Amino acid sequence: MMSKEREALLDPLFDNNPIGLQVLGICSALAVTTKMEVAFVMSMAVIAVTALSSVAVSSIRNYVPSSIRIIVQLTIIASLVIITDQILKAFVYDISKQLSVFVGLIITNCIVMGRAEAYAMQNPPKLAFIDGIGNGLGYGLVLMLVAFVRELFGSGKVFGITILQTVNEGGWYVPNGLMLLAPAAFFLIGGFIWVVRSYKPEQVEEDFSVGALFEPGYEVHLR
Amino acid sequence: MLEHYLSLATKSIFVENMALAFFLGMCSFLACSKKVETALGLGLAVIFVLTVTTPLNQLLNDNVLAPGSLAWAGLPNVDLSFLTFLTLIGTIAASVQIVEMILDRYVPQLYNALGVFLPLIAVNCAILGASLFMVERDYTLGEATVFGLGSGIGWALAIVALAAIRERLKYSNVPEPLRGLGVAFILVGLMSLGFMAFSGIQL
Repeated sequence: MMSKEREALLDPLFDNNPIGLQVLGICSALAVTTKMEVAFVMSMAVIAVTALSSVAVSSIRNYVPSSIRIIVQLTIIASLVIITDQILKAFVYDISKQLSVFVGLIITNCIVMGRAEAYAMQNPPKLAFIDGIGNGLGYGLVLMLVAFVRELFGSGKVFGITILQTVNEGGWYVPNGLMLLAPAAFFLIGGFIWVVRSYKPEQVEEDFSVGALFEPGYEVHLR
Repeated sequence: MLEHYLSLATKSIFVENMALAFFLGMCSFLACSKKVETALGLGLAVIFVLTVTTPLNQLLNDNVLAPGSLAWAGLPNVDLSFLTFLTLIGTIAASVQIVEMILDRYVPQLYNALGVFLPLIAVNCAILGASLFMVERDYTLGEATVFGLGSGIGWALAIVALAAIRERLKYSNVPEPLRGLGVAFILVGLMSLGFMAFSGIQL
């Protein structure tokens, strides 16, 4: 039993990372990573929402008819996101302003929905909770990595503390402005996937795991 | 007036492209961009749904949700803005469902072309994102319509362009671990770099 819980927690961190392998929840992963502080708050919010929604979905899984399960899941997730948003507005107002619409977009973050549908619907609440935390952490891990690189090289700081003194402040480091712009996030995640898949060649997919669901009449990928 | 709408449309199509500047709708953006045909279908469906849901949500927000907007019902002190997320996503899910049924009944050709994509669109972040931006920026009904249409066109443009590139990419020799998702990300990064050229345009 113990090992099953351990697996639910640790598997999504490296072997089955939601962003790297499952292609889930990329939208927000890219947009909130210019500063580590903001990325950290966002990761916390996603971990909380994923874990709690998994518990909620899992505990009512035997009472919900499958025809309306999606709308039930959406309602649960949306309610949790509303609570998260209110808490963020109350305690870290500045950061919640910087996150702007992306807190609301946790609702459509595929990680939350995907875990509810794929794991919580089949497993008891305790396991679902651990799985939610694990996937939230896997997401947070990538988010923090990307944010670390972007903030360090983009503005010479880590968590707002100056590491590389920039030229503007009398130092020697010329900040790489591209890091703060949208394209850098794409390059970094692309590079991240490259590194992970070089170490774990079994993760090279024949086809997108999500893509297979999206494509009408599953097509064979030409390689 | 017309000028204002035109500049808003240009801005939402090119300068503030949903996919390339705000990373919205990325999941389906990457997953459905392997064939131009599929990408075009999804793009059209997104344009359609965005044009319908953004103004609809604007009406809801202005008349029910925003602080003080219930004055017409004699409740000027009620603030329902905490219900925004729930209402927006509900409206989107419901209107996608209705659009699907109407198309099925009256325009079967269009339904056959877009049908498979419509359910997926309910959970596409670009749709919810547009509505949330609309709330945040206080657009009027006219602006919301133009913004919805513009963002849809921008998103469709981006996904069709990416699909075209990826179709050509099948014939090139990409390093093994980078194949599929990895190289798609780098491509999108390059496209995003290209679209940044538009940000210099003064409107």
